[in-house]
Amino acid sequence: MTIDGSWYLALAAVVFTIGAVGVLVRRNVLVMFMCIELMLNAANLTFVTFSRQLNDIGGQVAVFFVLVVAAAEVVVGLGIIVAIYRRRVGATADDPHELRG
Amino acid sequence: MGGLLATVSLPDLATFLVAAVILVGGALGVVLGRNPVHAALSLVATLLAVAVLFVEEDAQFLAAVQIIVYTGAIVVLFLFVIMLLGVDRRERALVEQFRGQRLVALGLGALVLAEVLLLGTGHWTTGAHATTGALSRPLSNVAELGRAIFTTYLLPFEITSALLVVAVVAAVVLARRFDAPAQDERPPEGDPGDRPGDESEVAGR
Amino acid sequence: MLHFAYLIPLLPLAGFALLCVAGRRIGNPVAGWIATLAVAAAFAMSVVVLVSLFAHAPDGRLFTQHWFTWFRVDRLTVDVGLRIDPLSVTMALFVTGVSALIHLYSIGYMEHDEDFAKFFCYLNLFVFSMLMLVLSSNLLVTFFGWEGVGVCSYLLIAFWFRRPSAASAGKKAMIYNRIGDAGFLVALFLIFERTGSLDYQTVFARLGRISPTDLVAIALLLFLGAAGKSAQIPLFPWLADAMEGPTPVSALIHAATMVTAGVYLMCRINPILHAAPDAAHVVAWVGVVTALVAATIGCAQTDIKKVLAYSTVSQLGYMFLAAGTGAYVAAIFLMLAHAFYKALLFLSAGSVIHAMDGEQDLKKMGALRAFMPVTAVTFFVGWLSIAGVPPFSGFWAKSDVLENAWAVSPALWAIGAVTAVLTAYYMGREFFLVFMGDPRWQGARPGGDAPRDPGWVMGVPLVVLAACSFLGLFIDLPFHPTWTFLERWLQPVVGASAAVHHYGLAELWGFGLADVAFAALGIAMAAAVWRAAVNRPRLEPRFLFMAWFIDWSYDRFVARPGALVSSFASSVVEARVIDGAVEGTARLVRRGGERLRRVQTGYVRTYAAVIVGGIVILVAYLVTRAGS
Repeated sequence: MTIDGSWYLALAAVVFTIGAVGVLVRRNVLVMFMCIELMLNAANLTFVTFSRQLNDIGGQVAVFFVLVVAAAEVVVGLGIIVAIYRRRVGATADDPHELRG
Repeated sequence: MGGLLATVSLPDLATFLVAAVILVGGALGVVLGRNPVHAALSLVATLLAVAVLFVEEDAQFLAAVQIIVYTGAIVVLFLFVIMLLGVDRRERALVEQFRGQRLVALGLGALVLAEVLLLGTGHWTTGAHATTGALSRPLSNVAELGRAIFTTYLLPFEITSALLVVAVVAAVVLARRFDAPAQDERPPEGDPGDRPGDESEVAGR
Repeated sequence: MLHFAYLIPLLPLAGFALLCVAGRRIGNPVAGWIATLAVAAAFAMSVVVLVSLFAHAPDGRLFTQHWFTWFRVDRLTVDVGLRIDPLSVTMALFVTGVSALIHLYSIGYMEHDEDFAKFFCYLNLFVFSMLMLVLSSNLLVTFFGWEGVGVCSYLLIAFWFRRPSAASAGKKAMIYNRIGDAGFLVALFLIFERTGSLDYQTVFARLGRISPTDLVAIALLLFLGAAGKSAQIPLFPWLADAMEGPTPVSALIHAATMVTAGVYLMCRINPILHAAPDAAHVVAWVGVVTALVAATIGCAQTDIKKVLAYSTVSQLGYMFLAAGTGAYVAAIFLMLAHAFYKALLFLSAGSVIHAMDGEQDLKKMGALRAFMPVTAVTFFVGWLSIAGVPPFSGFWAKSDVLENAWAVSPALWAIGAVTAVLTAYYMGREFFLVFMGDPRWQGARPGGDAPRDPGWVMGVPLVVLAACSFLGLFIDLPFHPTWTFLERWLQPVVGASAAVHHYGLAELWGFGLADVAFAALGIAMAAAVWRAAVNRPRLEPRFLFMAWFIDWSYDRFVARPGALVSSFASSVVEARVIDGAVEGTARLVRRGGERLRRVQTGYVRTYAAVIVGGIVILVAYLVTRAGS
């Protein structure tokens, strides 16, 4: 008998929360990005859990695609970060606030 | 929960617990790590733990892919960028600028956790069973996954291919240094960081 | 030939249009001649129509000429057209005739004015409006003409608008007129409500449908309109102020034509008045009291034109007395006679003013008989006429009025008699102060040029009007039935309502002699007092000079509180409440926007926090819902 799915879900919830809090608290752009990856992983874990509970491969397919998209997203995101850092060394996530209304 | 020990086999439980601890610990390490490199390495730990959990959940292919792609490529990419940009210095201001931001963040986090736990542990899953195909029977997991991807989800697959191409192109474009204007137009002393064209002088191609 | 009647009002309208467009370019004096010719042509057409009417039997002298249908709404159809009957033709004749003479006079009087063409433009518009008023077949079109003459009166009184007193006098005239017009309008509403039509023919045919109280109400409301237009109590103060306008305006509008519109209206609606005797009594009493009050005021005025203005109010009172006692023919007769001699008096006064370079104060004139003999003679003729000295037309007309008054009530006659004495007296006073005595102006006059009689342009109208004042007597002589031309002429129009009193010859002679006596008494008093003296404070008390303080009390008790209310409204209600509400809304929006703006902090992390908050709410919703 394997572990009940709800444990995995609880775990994923915890990781998701930690990731969310991290996005809100950290200012370093790269670390914020990593927290987003954490959240994605938590979601992946949830998908896989449900996939097992329902005995449906669809959940794993979803994870597959999430992985792909996350990869693409990281590539582009880091490219942007590099481009920004070239102009402004030491930029943080707080810097765009000068665009405030 | 008390009667769980009777229904769960010990190896499974142990694996789960260890992986869970590493997972949460790594997550905390990402969030709390001052040094971005430390955060990245914590992320590696987290991802590995997730991969272990994937195996536990009969998603073997995904576990492998997780390690190869996520840990092996994405985190490495992070580390490259950290090295490239030299952000291994500590975050300058450790003091939070906003009053109550941390409080708000923790509060919101607690709420989200509570809600998701409620949702997750209540037995409310209502999805249809096995519309796409069983996890690993009759074929192996990889084969099942492959079958699903190449038949039912073929269109999303193709689109993600295009997405990857776009991402590559974007990366090339974003990382490109702009060519400098004609030689005689440039002033002798350029200020690095002002004009993209000047970087070529400083860093060299 | 009758169908040419449409030309009568349209010729002055064409003159107005032409001068409106090209007046300034046509200029002085051709513009004046064009205007005069337009009105003279209208007069000629009126004569043609008159002659055509003669060709028909007396009972068949009623024609309507339909022009077009103005509008048709539900039950109400208003047609614009002319009603050609003895009354309207009489009115048209004397309106165009006197107007033509005054147009001619104005060419000389206004020759130095820079707005020469504009003056004639307005005059032509006025004649058109007045003609529409008297010729119309429909009450609403009459009202259109009524309003039109009111507007022209305003335009012409305030002609020299750069003078604040003139501008305010024009406004005052308009406002008093409007008060009367409100009565006219309500009467129109009532008439339509009860009879379903506004056409004279139809309304008179359906009078039986109106209850007696309604008839009295309608008659009184129409009289209110007439009181506003013809300056009766309590709406008379505007006429004195209207003297701010050029003298030809005073002559034409405020003596001969516009102010007689009220009397015309009363005569036109004689079936209604006849059916509402109570209202007729009110008309008669208001008229005679006004006559007396105005006469007393005239005794103490020092402005040459103001005396004439109050005199007009007084004479109009006589006309209303006549209409109210059923003596419509007498009213019309007096209106005609009055038109001639009052216009004459005004134009003579105008000559004096013109010659005296704008001086209008009686106390500063004197002995002008030697310098302006022609004017003096014409003024003298006018004086005798208004005083009621035979054989001038004024005597016959006033006699008619007083005779009929006696038959209704001796009290009316008595008041009328006293007024007659006063009339002769104050006009005599004016005559003596202006033309006799010492030349008080000689010291103050710059240059050495003595005042002179006017040229022929101004002189011819004077002489013509003087002749009419005399010849007018032939309109209606009481001695023999065949000589009562006017009475027989107007028979089809007013015959049914006219009060008929049969006096014996002895009684007629009695009345006549009494009238002569009144005139003589008044003249004698004037001569005794004013031949030598200039100032007689006891005979010119401030109470009379200030017009019994009626105007003053209107100002105090009506105008000032009104002004207070409106200044309150403008400074508090308008500025604070209304503007405050509008601006307050704007301010609210702006402040709200400024507060809301703070949501846009620019910090990604706060946005992220908000997103997470949104997630919390959404999931909470799901949690609560998913329990089912």
